Order: sequence, then C-alpha cells, then structure tokens
Amino acid sequence: MSKNTERVELDNVVVKFVGDSGDGMQLTGTIFSDSAVKEGNDIATFPDFPAEIRAPHNTVAGVSGFQVHVGKKEIHTIGDLCDVLVAMNPASLKSNIKWVKPGCTIIVDVDTFDEKAFDKAGYSANPLEDGSLGIYNVIKAPITSMTKKAFENLPDGFKIAEKSRNMFALGITLYLFNRDPKFSLEMVQQKFAKKPEIAKANKLALEAGYSYGESIEALHSYYIPPAKIEKGKYRIITGNVATAWGLLAASERSKRPLFLGSYPITPATDILIELAKHKSLGVKIFQAEDEIAGICSALGASFTGSLAITTTSGPGFSLKSEAMGLGVMTELPLVIIDVQRAGPSTGLPTKSEQADLYQALFGRNGECPLVVMAASSPVDCFYAAYEAAKLAMEHMTPVVLLTDGYIGNGSQLFKIPKTADLSDIIPPIATANDPDYKPYRRNPETLVRQWALPGTEGLRHRIGGLEKDSTMGTVTTDPLNHELMVKYRADKIDKIADFIAPLAVTGEAEADLLVVSWGGTEGSVLTAVKELQAEGKSISHAHFKHILPMPKNTTDVFKGFKKILVCELNSGQFVNYLRMTHTGFIYHQFNKVQGLPFMVTELVNKFNKMLEE
Amino acid sequence: MLLNKTIEPSDKQLSKEDFVSDQMVRWCPGCGSHAILNSVEQVFPKIGYKKENFIIVSGIGCSSRFPYYVNTYGFHGIHGRATAIASGVKIANPGLSVWIATGDGDSMAIGGNHFIHIIRRNMDVNILLFNNQIYGLTKGQFSPTSPVGTVTKTSPHGTIEHPFNPGELIMGAQGTFFARVTDTNPRMMTDAMFEAAKHDGTAVIEVLQNCIIFADKVHASITSRDFRDDYQLHLQHGQPMIFGKEKNKGIRINGTKLEVVTIGENGITLKDILVHDQYSVDPGIHLMLAKLSAPEFPVALGVIRSASFSTYDDQVVDQIKTAKANSRIQCVDDLLNSGDVFEID
Repeated sequence: MSKNTERVELDNVVVKFVGDSGDGMQLTGTIFSDSAVKEGNDIATFPDFPAEIRAPHNTVAGVSGFQVHVGKKEIHTIGDLCDVLVAMNPASLKSNIKWVKPGCTIIVDVDTFDEKAFDKAGYSANPLEDGSLGIYNVIKAPITSMTKKAFENLPDGFKIAEKSRNMFALGITLYLFNRDPKFSLEMVQQKFAKKPEIAKANKLALEAGYSYGESIEALHSYYIPPAKIEKGKYRIITGNVATAWGLLAASERSKRPLFLGSYPITPATDILIELAKHKSLGVKIFQAEDEIAGICSALGASFTGSLAITTTSGPGFSLKSEAMGLGVMTELPLVIIDVQRAGPSTGLPTKSEQADLYQALFGRNGECPLVVMAASSPVDCFYAAYEAAKLAMEHMTPVVLLTDGYIGNGSQLFKIPKTADLSDIIPPIATANDPDYKPYRRNPETLVRQWALPGTEGLRHRIGGLEKDSTMGTVTTDPLNHELMVKYRADKIDKIADFIAPLAVTGEAEADLLVVSWGGTEGSVLTAVKELQAEGKSISHAHFKHILPMPKNTTDVFKGFKKILVCELNSGQFVNYLRMTHTGFIYHQFNKVQGLPFMVTELVNKFNKMLEE
Repeated sequence: MLLNKTIEPSDKQLSKEDFVSDQMVRWCPGCGSHAILNSVEQVFPKIGYKKENFIIVSGIGCSSRFPYYVNTYGFHGIHGRATAIASGVKIANPGLSVWIATGDGDSMAIGGNHFIHIIRRNMDVNILLFNNQIYGLTKGQFSPTSPVGTVTKTSPHGTIEHPFNPGELIMGAQGTFFARVTDTNPRMMTDAMFEAAKHDGTAVIEVLQNCIIFADKVHASITSRDFRDDYQLHLQHGQPMIFGKEKNKGIRINGTKLEVVTIGENGITLKDILVHDQYSVDPGIHLMLAKLSAPEFPVALGVIRSASFSTYDDQVVDQIKTAKANSRIQCVDDLLNSGDVFEID
C-alpha cells in the first residue's frame, strides 16, 4: 500500500460487482464482503441475478450482480446507490449505471468494450469515449489481458484466464479499499480446496489484480474503520439459511422431528436445499410433486406429531390455500413460509415485494383465521422462524411466516446464539389412555386443543375438513355448533396476542410523526428514521413482526403521534388492514411497487415532507 | 403373524369389534361401500398390528367418508390429496399401517398427480380404490373411468373421452402391487387386503364397486350370477389361469398376445395354460392381465402384481441413519458453530 496517493476515510460504502451470468460475480462479492467482516466491518449483501440461468452472453438480460454494503456503524440495508461499481462487460455497465452515485468510481474491464459487445448491450457508441460517463471516476482496467498475461506461464493459461478475470477485478477492489488480501486468498483456497490448480490460478489472478491496483497512480484509496460490534462469535448468514436453522432449533427444543414438504420455487428453494443437508439432525425432507402435495404431506406429518413445514413463494402460496384451510379446520400445527416475490401470477420471480399480505390474511374460503407473521431482516429470519414454529405447536394452528426475496437472499452478520437461551417450546401433547381426551376439548385459557398422536394408546380419533362437534370432534352440521366453532377458531388466534412481544417504538413515545413498517423493510425505514432523529426531528418508528394477531398495545402506541405514515412495498395492504382493525386514526401511506426495496433517500424525503406539511 | 418389522404388533388377539365405530354409516342402502367397510373390519384384526397403529386417510367423495366409520386414527382430507397427506404420515411415522380410501374421481381426476407419484415412489401404504365409474357425492357425473358413451347429467350425449384402466395407469407409474376385486366377493376382498398389508410398498386394490343410485350394475356384466364364471379370472399365484363354469377355459400366450383357449379342444392341455406369477419383477404379463376385458376375455381378479422393490419410507430412515453416523453435526449448536465462524472482540 506504499503508493497511496490519497486515503479517504468513509463511514460506509456500497460496492456492486456486475458481469455476465457465469462471470463469477456472486463469488467475487461474497469474498469481498466476508473479508470486510474479517477486518471488523458490519455488512449487508444482496445477490441480484436474472431469472434466466444463462441468458445470451453479454446481453442486459444476462447481467448478474452482487451488492455489498460495508460500514463502521451497524448496517441495516443493502445500500441505496453504489460508491464503487465493478463492471465486467458493457451490458452490466449499461444496466447498472443508474445505481451509481455521481462522482463515484467505476472499474470496467476495458478489454470487453468492443463493437460487438456494444451492439449486444444496446449501446450505439462506446460509452467510455462518448462523454456519457463524465460525472464518474472511470478506471479503464485491461482486466482480461492482464489476467492472461499473469497466466502466460501456466499450462492452459489463456483458457483459465477467462474464468479468473473476476479474481483480478476483486484484487483491484481490495486494493482500492486498503484491504489485506490474505483473508481473500484464504477464502479462495478454501473454496477450491479440492481443485488445487483452480485455486492456484485464482490466487494468482487476485494477487495480480492487487498489484495492478497499486500501479494505478490516480486511484483514490478508501478506508472504512472497523465497526463497533458487540463482542462474540459471529458468522455471515442469508435469510433463507437463517430460516432453515431457526426451524431446526425449534425442532430440537420442542423435541418434535422436523418434516419439510416442499416444491422448488424461486426465491424459496434455498430453504429446502439447506434443510436437505441436515439429515444428521433427523430432518425428513419430501420434495413433493407439486405445491399442494408439499403442504398436504406436511399436514399428514403434523397429524403424526412432527414440526411440519412447507416453504414457497407467491404462486405456490396460492396453490396451498385450500390445504391451509384444512390446517385451520383440523387445528394442526403447521408453518407455511412464503418468501414473497413480485406478483401477481409469475410476476417478477427474482424481485421482491410485500404484496402477499392480503392473501395470507384473507386468501381462503370460509372464515379461516391463522397466525400471520413477518421477518424483518436476514438474521431475524432465524428468530421469526423459531417463533412461528413455537406458536404453531403451542397453539395448534397454521402460521404463515412472510419473508421476501431481499431478506431471503440477502446476508448479514449473525451473532451466534446458544439454543439453550431460546425460549422453551411445550406442545400440548395428549397423554396415552387419558379417559378425558376429546379431540376438540380446549384449554379454557388459550382455546387450544390437544395434539393426540397416531400410535398412542387410547386416543383413536378422526379429524378432517368437515365441521366438527365442538367437543367430540364428530361430524355435524348443527347451525349453532358451526357458529361456536367459527368463533372458537377466531378467538384462539386472537388470544395469541397474550403471548407475543408488545410493539416497540424506536424514538420518543410522543412525537410529530410515527413511521410504521412491517416485514423486510425494517432496515431501510429504521435507517431513514435514525438519520432524521440525528438531525433532531420529531420522528419515531414502530415495526410490526406480528400481523395476526397484532400486539395488544398497538392502539396505545399510535395515540402518541400527530401523524402516522405506513411504508410498504405494495399499494397499501397493511395500511388498509390497520384502517380496518385499528380505527380512529388517520393513516398516511407511502408505497412502492417496483420489485425493488425502499431507498433510504426516498424515505428521508418523504418523512421530511410529512414533517413539514 | 408379523407382517412388517417397523409396525408394532398387538399383544392380544383383536376382533372386528375393536374396529367398529360408533358413528352412523351414511352410505346409501345397497351401496358397495358397506361390503368394503365390512371387509376392512374383518381383516384389520387378522393383520395383527396394535389397533392404534392403523390410520385411514381419505380425500373427498362417498368413499372418503370411510375413516369416520372405522375406529382407528383417521384423517379425512381434501379432494384428491389423500395420497399426499398419507405420504407425510408414513414418512413422519413409518411405524403406522397407512390405509387410503379413495374413489375413481378422487384418485384419478383431481388427485391424479399425487396418485401416480405415490406409486412411483413406492411409499409403503395401502390404497383402497373404490371404482364405481361415477361421481356419486356430487350426484352423478361421469368420471375418468366411465366407459366411452356413458350418459350422465354432464354428458347428456354420452362421454367422448377415453377412460383410464386403473391397472394400466398403476403399472405405467411403476406400481409394485395391484389387485382387483369385486364388492360382491368378501373373501376375495379380505384376501387381497391381507396381501396388500404384507406387501412393502404402495399396494393398490381396485374394488369394482356398485353405485346403486347413479351407476347401478355398471359391473354387472362381470359380477352377475349369469356371467361371473365366464367373465371372471381368479388369479392365484403359482396356479394356471383357468376359468369358466366347467373350469375348462384358460389363458395362454400366443406370440405376443394372450388368448382364451378351451382345455381338451384343438389339442390344448393344462400344460399350455399360463401359470400366474404375481411376484414377477417384469410387469409385462401383469399389464396384459390388467387390460383383459369382457366380452373377448374374462376380467382378471385377485392379486395381479406384487413385486418387491425398496420403499421410499425405508430409504428415508436409512439416509438419516447414515447421516447421523457420519456427520460431525449432531445438534443445532454444532451447526451454528460449524464452518466459517469468527470472534469479534
């Protein structure tokens, strides 16, 4: 780092690596963010890949990216706009230039900028020469040719150089941020431990890129001081993996074996993939023939006493509706995880929004209440999944846990918990030969019925989708019994409000503006609110994880504010739900339905406007 | 007799009364389902598992009320999904003897997908397929097994679609067990149910069942007193395929086809008659037998196929056993602390 001309200290930066699918951008970004953590920064990441596996080479449709937000303070979002963009070809530059802050640095592989590639990317002229990038600090690095040069003495050097360009680019970026390359070199070694030649080539490319960085005279060098992070053991985790692990923890603590019945669907598949790895923990995985079989098999497993899970996303969630009703009717524990994506129908499979809320609340025939929760960040997916499983089993009900593509695929630093510190889970399992056992007899406090497992002596009974007698569980069409059962099913869910955390407020309990959010938008909303609080503005934040039932203190919290603004990534589903359930307030709303998360800047602007009005 | 090592047997002799439910049976008088129910209540005690280890799962339709009428654990599901629910039951608890009650509409129309996949996976369950060639509970619309031209409320000009032959579908899905019985022959039903319980894997029993209201006598050309001897071929493993009032007709293979011959005519002797091998792994002859239809042929009844293959649920257990023996991750704390973990101080 001897030739640093200028070292700029920053609180946080956003770096995005973009290239063609197959250019290795996910790996490059992962190594960059992991090494930032090793040097003490907090991070949040998000992979931004196309729906197609390999779209035509060098086209905008085929661009794959990985965004990393690194900081010395706690990081709650993946960051609005990039401070540094690393673009491996013209198409990736074209599709990402709109996300780069003016004046910031763009590193391009200049070797890929030829007529053919401009044409494929949809450029009419060379963007590096037509002045269109004048407001940026563009570093034209001959990444491909320099990698080839570094490999000239290796057998097959030219061939593997094409595959190692990403590591050369990583080397430049590491240099740019004053990173010690040793962590990245270790990760490359680990990643390719079974392919020593590839490991060697990648390390060579990374070192060559780093040296190249040193040789660029005009390069600003950035430094992000370590974050103040609570002491402890950490790892980096994505929301989908955290969800899977939260379920595993709940299975272990409840002593109920985990059963997952699921069908692959973007962006939920990673939960299925993760759980399939852990058979040593007794997990039973059933990759079903369709979404319906996924949830129905889970209900069957639930009847026999498993912690039963089904995972899906929007369209699959629709297919599960009828069986969710069966789960409500049979009052069996079941966790349905919907990793929301942008809809309707097939929609935007790799993009995210919060538009399945109405469906979770109301998307079934008959009066069919179940618990609806939403996870707020990648790490929170662990705790939310644990709680969803706990509520499902202790209250004998299906629970819908809403996450989304952004928090599911995004990653964060995760302080490793001890499973012994998690709250107990005690399912109401009926005892053998209990003479008083009746299938629908309820605990008078909670209205929860008992879980009588097939195989247990003296508890033979039948359940099903037909309306049941309120105690005996036999089939009946008696009108008053039906009304009573409808009420029991609703009251049972409402009573769960006694078992969930109250709504917390970040900031003063009385202020001019309360910003309300739910689910995966917590990070961006909180960041924006804190920014204004630091400026002394009268603004607070309340974030909902529990949607049905809602925290009991919701009305009391709302009473403390002159204005309430509800922010969500849909056209206003939660705000309308509040209008229906918590009357007497005027709710303002701020919505975005672009398949994209909130940017902190747009939130700050909206909040300022609300405060001024 | 212990049929399956994973299911705990009863320590005392059970009887039919142990399985009779206190619920009123609400099928129409004269419905074939009554006979099927009676056979199940007869055979369960003979199978010998603890009574709590039986579970009956069903979908929707007349057949699917079945679980309410037997005193076992029961799960009355939703339309077409009994096989999916039962898959979850069996995987989660292989110690249960899982029985599915379903109809031709439930299993072959709305539940067709789950039906072929449970068979393909060879899940160790028993499926009682009530085939009455009609939708009964919705009051008489044609089903996927109704013959071409069937006139119903939704096909006033006759159906124009080709029916499924369940046996053919099952073998197409790599089924390992298929029996066909009639609701008029209780002995044949209990024998097939016992064989199904013995079989490791998905065992389908097609019951040719009469719907007295909406499709009365659809199977009469096989089951009526006048026709049954000449149009029923009762298969027995290791026995020649002989039928007819005089017991002198038989099935032989001629080239690549089956044909009906008469013993004592044209030099045909008992030696020319095919001998039934229900355990044959190759389904070729089984498929030909399943497809035999009147009036050219008798209809094959009894256990047509019972081939031995590994089951899905056994393999789930095996994989978990192997993983537990070989993995460093034995609890969730191990998992949380595995791989790339670092201290921040």
